[in-house]
Amino acid sequence: MTTTDDLPAFLDALLARHGNNPTNLLQILCETQDRQGCIPPPAINHLSQRLGIPRARIEGVAGFYSFLHLRPNGEYRVLFSDNITDRMLGSQILMEKMCQQLWLQPGKVSEDGLVSINTTSCTGMCDQGPAMLVNGRAITRLTHQRVQEIGSLIRNNTPLAGWPADFFLVEDNIRRSGPLLDNTSAPGDILRAVLFSSAVRPELVEGLHGSPFDTSGGSPRTEIAKDIVEAVKHSSLRGRGGAGFPTGQKWEACRNAPGSKHYVVCNADEGEPGTFKDRVLLNCQADLVFEGMTLCALAVGAQHGYLYLRGEYRYLLEPLRAILQRRRDNNMLGKNILGQAGFDFDIAIHTGAGAYICGEESALIESLEGKRGVPRSRPPFPVTHGYMQQPTAVDNVETFCSAALAIQMGAENFRAIGTQKSSGSKLISVSGDCPRPGIYEYPFGVSVREVLQDCGAVNTRAVQISGPSGMCIPKREFDRKLGFEDLPTAGAFMVFDDSRDLFEVARNFVHFFAHESCGFCTPCRVGTSMLKQTMDKIAAGHGTRHDLNEIENLDKVLQTSSHCGLGRTACNPVLHTLKHFRPAYENRLKSLDFEPAFDLDGALARARQMTGRDDAGAHLKPEET
Amino acid sequence: MSKKLRIATTSLAGCFGCHMSFLDIDERLLALLDLVEFDRSPITDIKHCGPCDIGIIEGGICNAENVHVLYEFRKNCKILIAIGSCAITGGLPAQRNHLDLGSCLTEVYLTEPGLAHGHIPNDPELPLPLDKVHPLHEVVKIDYFIPGCPPSGDAIWKFLTDLIAGKTPELGHGLIKYD
Repeated sequence: MTTTDDLPAFLDALLARHGNNPTNLLQILCETQDRQGCIPPPAINHLSQRLGIPRARIEGVAGFYSFLHLRPNGEYRVLFSDNITDRMLGSQILMEKMCQQLWLQPGKVSEDGLVSINTTSCTGMCDQGPAMLVNGRAITRLTHQRVQEIGSLIRNNTPLAGWPADFFLVEDNIRRSGPLLDNTSAPGDILRAVLFSSAVRPELVEGLHGSPFDTSGGSPRTEIAKDIVEAVKHSSLRGRGGAGFPTGQKWEACRNAPGSKHYVVCNADEGEPGTFKDRVLLNCQADLVFEGMTLCALAVGAQHGYLYLRGEYRYLLEPLRAILQRRRDNNMLGKNILGQAGFDFDIAIHTGAGAYICGEESALIESLEGKRGVPRSRPPFPVTHGYMQQPTAVDNVETFCSAALAIQMGAENFRAIGTQKSSGSKLISVSGDCPRPGIYEYPFGVSVREVLQDCGAVNTRAVQISGPSGMCIPKREFDRKLGFEDLPTAGAFMVFDDSRDLFEVARNFVHFFAHESCGFCTPCRVGTSMLKQTMDKIAAGHGTRHDLNEIENLDKVLQTSSHCGLGRTACNPVLHTLKHFRPAYENRLKSLDFEPAFDLDGALARARQMTGRDDAGAHLKPEET
Repeated sequence: MSKKLRIATTSLAGCFGCHMSFLDIDERLLALLDLVEFDRSPITDIKHCGPCDIGIIEGGICNAENVHVLYEFRKNCKILIAIGSCAITGGLPAQRNHLDLGSCLTEVYLTEPGLAHGHIPNDPELPLPLDKVHPLHEVVKIDYFIPGCPPSGDAIWKFLTDLIAGKTPELGHGLIKYD
């Protein structure tokens, strides 16, 4: 795992596979770490020389992603998923126990370099938590027994390949399916329908065979491409990743944007805590995802596509690659797809490395280009200046599936599902306090109450819709409906019952944002940390009414001056819980106008110890004011 | 002419640089004296602060005495202003925050040669250092902040004249500097 003698040879082979191209730096670093356990200085030197880029750039990239390490971080790197749903299932005590078992402190590497234990942001296993990652591999349904077994396996230095397979079992937990999850079309069916039987335009099929791939003139394929765009537009499909941009409009803009190449990117960086629907789609409807991407490629005139897979779903990489290969073998990818001369398109998978911000499309593109995942200034938008500054259509996994579905079933039929402004169905990732967590597919317009009934939740106090950056919905608003008219959602649906403290929920989310801020802009970098400190101050019993006002002031700064959506939404969990569950905060406040942010007398303890003093002057009383 | 406003100033864990910058308002000091009078301040050498309208504090909080002085100001001043980087963030003195106070004291008084005769001073006259240096607003409520290291005389003049005129102080372009 940590051999170094043949490192240069390994790196050279790796570089050759990646075309010695610095654009693939992140992938090169991920694979280096896969083998070495970290990215050691000799590797950085070697890569820097061979790629002709400065060390600082390599270290800058490696330093940005939380799964990459510049120093040895243990042969076994254990990361407990720290989403609130994992905590509610007891992850903290499990982590404590494991640290005790292995004589470790969180965040430190054991002295023999064997193991490190830490927390990480939500790993997308909320319906089967508590979860962890060991060397990037997801392990679900942790129990005391399982954690103890893992501890023993690590102590005995058992390679991961020798661990019980059921540790790594990730279930789909599909509880309610609809047109998307029920889709049984064979791979290539929809593509064939578009190209040949042409539900779209039969009269074009004749002229299609052998015609050159040309996006500029009025060739038959251009007409078909336009028809795909029209069909998607007509279906009123809106993006499923959260922002809800009309997909057809995006594809059209991308298609019309001038550029030497066009690209299709599938955003599978499902980082929003509480969301795991893309994981399920990639597991059970991967062909539909790729079909959607291929249709998009046809529509926008792209020859290259990327699927950006979040590092936490690394275990899906090989299965997905196998599916891509099967599609290539069946001529659904590659050159002259389905015999259409000039219809060339292929998909490569890039993995992320633990950075929530890369779910933002322009940060994702930066990451695809092998850089730090810092969001770009927009406009220009990716549809005109995306990957390599070329027109790029970036869509969520579910969006590609839905687009393929809309084309298959026809725009009218697709629009008949859901509501007027929210056509089609939506996958909801249900987790938290309910007996049946998992994936539920509903037509848009379903009420919060219906979802709660279906998942068996009782005594529900609140539901967090669309993750920390979304909305916290209290009981009296359970009749509100999921959809762009009322409650837009990327799919997360975290249930909290009467036993839960919504202050702690909000504090968990605030810590998440502070950890995931990319650090590029000051309002967000500093603001999310200040918010975290204020929440911790309140949690420690030092809070005052003044602090609640400060949170509202901070929100204004974050809202108005952050570079991207992370900063703009970072205050949401606090503001929403403050609005609906203010007593959860007020119970913790001291009833003073102002309280020091820390224990004043406690801050003198070290000095008392060092000087041996304990006189009156060696103490501070906070009530002195 | 209405009653003059009363101002107190002090430097806690600071370098008096902000006070020096205050003196950079130069001859405008005379104009200021038409509007205000000084209570506790290095200018008057008054040792304790009485009831005031405005308190201006430079420097952060590094020891128990700083805390007492800060409380005295907060108790007596209607408006309390934190001036300069140290008061607002802890500044330069806060660079010791990543070190353990015990090892600092050991290094200074026990390990290195010096005047301490091999023991850590423990005279009750001496204020005990806090384990960390804190900005003012973590200990009392601060009403206004004048950023800068130090803020320029012009910035201080603009801020005070705004405040005295009853306006919300605004430091426009060129008056806010962070270094």
